[in-house]
Amino acid sequence: MRLIYRTQTWELRGGMTVRDAIRKVGLDPEAVLALRDGVLINEETILAEDDVIKLVAVVSGG
Amino acid sequence: MSSSWWLSFRGADVKCKLCGGTAVINMHQHRLSLCGEHFLQWVPVQVARAIKKYRMFGPDERILVAVSGGKDSLALWDILLGLGYHADGLHINLGVGNGYSAESQARAEAFAAARPGAALRVVDLAREYGAGIPELARMRRGRKACSLCGMVKRHIMNQAACSGGYDAIATGHNLDDEVAVLLQNTLRWSVSYLARQAPVLPGEPGLARKVKPLVRLRERETAAYALVRGIDYIYDECPHAEGATTLFYKEILSQLETRSRGTKEMFYLGLLDAREQQGAFRSDDEKVEMHPCARCGQPTTAPGLCAFCRLWAGGTKDTQGEV
Repeated sequence: MRLIYRTQTWELRGGMTVRDAIRKVGLDPEAVLALRDGVLINEETILAEDDVIKLVAVVSGG
Repeated sequence: MSSSWWLSFRGADVKCKLCGGTAVINMHQHRLSLCGEHFLQWVPVQVARAIKKYRMFGPDERILVAVSGGKDSLALWDILLGLGYHADGLHINLGVGNGYSAESQARAEAFAAARPGAALRVVDLAREYGAGIPELARMRRGRKACSLCGMVKRHIMNQAACSGGYDAIATGHNLDDEVAVLLQNTLRWSVSYLARQAPVLPGEPGLARKVKPLVRLRERETAAYALVRGIDYIYDECPHAEGATTLFYKEILSQLETRSRGTKEMFYLGLLDAREQQGAFRSDDEKVEMHPCARCGQPTTAPGLCAFCRLWAGGTKDTQGEV
């Protein structure tokens, strides 16, 4: 499973929740939202091996 | 142990509390999970409640929305239009580099173009006044870009609201923004700011009323609203905000919130309650005499030029007859 945040990409094993995947790469689950195929998914969603997840920072704008 | 049992145990399918569909967001502080459809209904209801509770504006008033191109301001404009308010947009191109201001303006314009009846006015700081924020910060050594930016935006927004006959300026400040500022003001014991921080700043002659309809929504919720609604906003933080104190305070508050759900609401609503119900931070000599700026006419605390006009005095284009 692939996790993408800004310019960074991580390859992780499937079977974990969005929350656990975010924690595993050292980010705060409260500070990002997860999109799968452009659709928002909640942090308890279990991720599959072939998922590509884009993380969007909650803090943004000026 | 079967994998299906494990997946079920981990709560793989958080349900919408209203329809039982798959939830897109779980708002722990409300103990509420919602699907996309119901979340898009829930958010405007919260905004409408805030508008009513804090008496921000009435159904027939004209609102000028300060639109940066970020998630909060575009979500706010979208919600106000959806609620049926007469809400026009004002975007200020601040001349921030690396394409940030250009992309921000493009987002604001694309939003307006996709919504018939959504009127957007753009003020280009460099074009209309002679310099963008980075250049101004270089010219006025000792002034931080963020401080200049805030002052410039307040001035232009007020001028546009007053000259355009708007009843109020609406900004996209959310609960996280307000709580971060509150923490900063509390740590510094900035009593005059604590006395004024509120969802509504009443208007005065020459100063438009300012309102913050997103004040009861968290940043996470406004971002989620924009994403679910398909609003194309600028994801990046302003490059000048990198390392900003308020971002640090937001991180600290997020950690507090993780330990104790509802801390943000408690802190902010506690301020409003302390002031309104218990009379905290009030004094009888708060009223400051205002004078019209000798150049632009906007109210200012000292006779002569206002802070905005002093910025340009002797350096760039004449600001008379501005905006």
